[in-house]
Amino acid sequence: MAIFLTEQSRVIVQGMTGSEGMKHTKRMLASGTAIVGGVNPRKAGEKVEIDGVSVPVFGTVAEAMTATGADVSVVFVPPAFAKAAVIEAIDAGIGLLVVITEGIPVHDTAAFWAHAVATGNKTRIIGPNCPGVISPGKSNAGIIPADICGPGRIGLVSKSGTLTYQMMYELREFGFSSAVGIGGDPVIGTTHIDALRAFQDDPETAAIVMIGEIGGDAEERAAAYIRDHVTKPVVGYVAGFTAPEGKTMGHAGAIVSGSAGTAAAKQEALEAAGVKVGRTPSEAAGLMREIMASVG
Amino acid sequence: MDLYEYQAKDLFAAHGVPVLPGSVAHTPGEARAIAARLDQTVVVKAQVKTGGRGKAGGVKLAKTAEDAEAKAGAILGLDIKGHVTRKVLVTPASDIDEEYYVSFLLDRANRTFLAMASAEGGMEIEQLAVERPEALAKIPVDAIAGVDAAKAREIVAAGTFPAQVADQVVDVLVKLWRTFVEEAATLVEVNPLVRDPQGRVIALDGKVTLDDNASFRHPGHAELVDSEAEDPLEAKAKAKDLNYVKLDGQVGIIGNGAGLVMSTLDVVAYAGERWGGVKPANFLDIGGGASAEVMANGLEIILSDPDVRSVFVNVFGGITACDEVAKGIVRALEILGDEARKPLVVRLDGNNVDEGRRILAEANHQLVNVVDTMDNAADKAAELATTDLLAGSSNSTTSGA
Repeated sequence: MAIFLTEQSRVIVQGMTGSEGMKHTKRMLASGTAIVGGVNPRKAGEKVEIDGVSVPVFGTVAEAMTATGADVSVVFVPPAFAKAAVIEAIDAGIGLLVVITEGIPVHDTAAFWAHAVATGNKTRIIGPNCPGVISPGKSNAGIIPADICGPGRIGLVSKSGTLTYQMMYELREFGFSSAVGIGGDPVIGTTHIDALRAFQDDPETAAIVMIGEIGGDAEERAAAYIRDHVTKPVVGYVAGFTAPEGKTMGHAGAIVSGSAGTAAAKQEALEAAGVKVGRTPSEAAGLMREIMASVG
Repeated sequence: MDLYEYQAKDLFAAHGVPVLPGSVAHTPGEARAIAARLDQTVVVKAQVKTGGRGKAGGVKLAKTAEDAEAKAGAILGLDIKGHVTRKVLVTPASDIDEEYYVSFLLDRANRTFLAMASAEGGMEIEQLAVERPEALAKIPVDAIAGVDAAKAREIVAAGTFPAQVADQVVDVLVKLWRTFVEEAATLVEVNPLVRDPQGRVIALDGKVTLDDNASFRHPGHAELVDSEAEDPLEAKAKAKDLNYVKLDGQVGIIGNGAGLVMSTLDVVAYAGERWGGVKPANFLDIGGGASAEVMANGLEIILSDPDVRSVFVNVFGGITACDEVAKGIVRALEILGDEARKPLVVRLDGNNVDEGRRILAEANHQLVNVVDTMDNAADKAAELATTDLLAGSSNSTTSGA
C-alpha cells in the first residue's frame, strides 16, 4: 500500500510537451511510472517518443481518460493557463490531480478550489506549487527525484520540496511508503491533515514525518488533528524560526504576519499534541531513527 | 506587495470607492503647495508601510499652508517602527461623526475569501478582534459568486451598520470587492470608513496587499514598487530574477528551495549561538534546476554585501545538479578574482554530488571549504564568520587559510 498513488495508477501529463513537462515526464517514466498520455489541444493525435516509449497526446483530459483509463493527472501548464487546465481536469472527473505549476495567482487557485468544492470534491488536488507525490518503487507523479530512496514504512508530508528530498535522503536506510509535497502557496488542495489521515489509515505506514514552515495556521490545525486522530508516531520539523515579520520567504505562503504564523507557535502546538519536533532536519531524522528502531 | 496608503486610495478611487482628494509630497515645500491648492485645513500623514503612525507623531493637522510645510518638515525623516518616512500625504481634514471598518481578504484556512465588517472602526483591527470579537463580523465570500449588492447587504447587516448609511456602505463594498478582484489583491481594508457631518461615507484610510503572482496580468503594478525604499541588494537581486531577502546577520546564505533555505537560516542561527551570536545575513533561493550562471549571480550578490563575513552554500540536488552548482561557484570566484575575500562553506548532496565535489576539489580554491553535512557546515560557516570578524580588523585579505 501507499497513499494517493500506487502501482496501479495510470498517469497523464497536462503540459507534457512544454520543456518542464517533457523533462519531468522523462524522469517519471524512468522511475517506472505508468505514463499513459499527454494533453495538449494543439498537438492532439500526435505521439511523443520518450526514451523508446511512445506516449500519445490527447486534445482534452476527458479524451485521454477515455482512451487510456488514466486516473491521475500531473499539471505543468504555465501560471496563466493553470486555472483552466485544473478546471478541465476536475470536470473530466480525474481522481488525483497534482499541480506542479509555481506562480499561479491566488485568485485563480481560490476559483478552481471553489469549483472543486461546488462540484462535490471528487478530485483530490495536490498543490499548486508543489513537488508532487511519490510512492517509491511504485509510481511517481511530479518532480520528486526517485533515486533518493526506496520503498519503506515511513510516510512524509511537507510544504517544501527540497526539505522533502533532504528528509528522504536522511532516512534513506528505512525508505518511504509515500512522500507528499503539498506545496507552499497560501491556498492548496491537499493539506497536512488530509495526508496524516491517509497515512494513519495506510497499513504499510508505520510512522510519519511532518514538515511545516512559517505562515498560516495549517500546522496548528494538523497538531489538533494528530492529538485527536493519529495513533502512529509522528516526528515534526518546522522551518523559519529566524524569518522576520512581514517578509515573504520564497513561498508565497511563507510570511509571518503579526503574531500569526510563527515557527515557534507551530512547534509548540505540535509538541503539545505529542509530536517529537527536531530543531534541524538532521535532528528530526534522528528522532525518527529512534522510533523506527522500536517499531522494528 | 503592500501598498502605501496613498497608493491604496488611488486604487480605491479608480474603482469608485469614495476617498478625499490629496497628493503626496516628498519635501516640506511640496506639502505647502498642495495645502495651498486644497485651501482648507489639511492632515499631513506619514506614508509608511506599518501601523501606529498617529502615536508615533506621523499624523498632524495643519490649518495653513505654512503650517503644512512645518508639519511635513517634522514628519519627513521620522522613523516609525524602523520605517523611515520619505513622503507624506496631504489631504483635507475631515470632521468625523462615526467610524466603521470593512475589508476583504484571503482566508487561507478555509481556502476562500472573507469579508470583515464592523460598525466600530478606527482602532487597530487586531485589537478589536481580541477585545470585542462580537463586534467584528466575518462573512465567507465564495470565490466564484463574489460580492453583489445582495451579498453586500448581508455583510452590512452582519456588521450592524446604522440604517442611515446602509445603502452607501453596500455601494462601497461592491466597489471595494471590484478593487479586490480586478487588482488581484489579497487584502483590501478600509479603516476607518467614516460618516462625515454631511452624512457622506468616505474611505479615510486604506491598506492594500497585491498578489505578486498576478503581476503578469497587471503590468501597471510595477509602477507601485517603491524602488527608493528598497534595499539596494534586494533590488539588485530582483533585477537578476533572484529570490533574495536581506537580513541583519553575518553569514551569507545560498540554497535551493524556499523550505531548505529557511531551514538553513535556522541551522546557522543555532550554530551561531556557539560562536558569539553570529546570524544569517540573507535569504537567497536559487530555485530548482539552477544553472551555473544563476549560482554565480547569487554568489556575486552575497559577496558584495559588506555585512557578510562568510558564506554558506547549502544545496540538495533534487532537480538541481550539484555539478552545475559547483561550476557556478568556480565561475563566480573566477569572475570576482581578488574581490572575493570571504570564506565559503559548501555542502552538496543529491543529484550528481560526486561530480560536484570533484569539480570543487579540482579547483582547490583557497576560500572554499567543503563540509559533508548541513549541521556541520553551518557550524563551520558560523565559526569562519567569527574568525574573520577578529582577523578582519587588521587585514581582511588574509582570511582564506
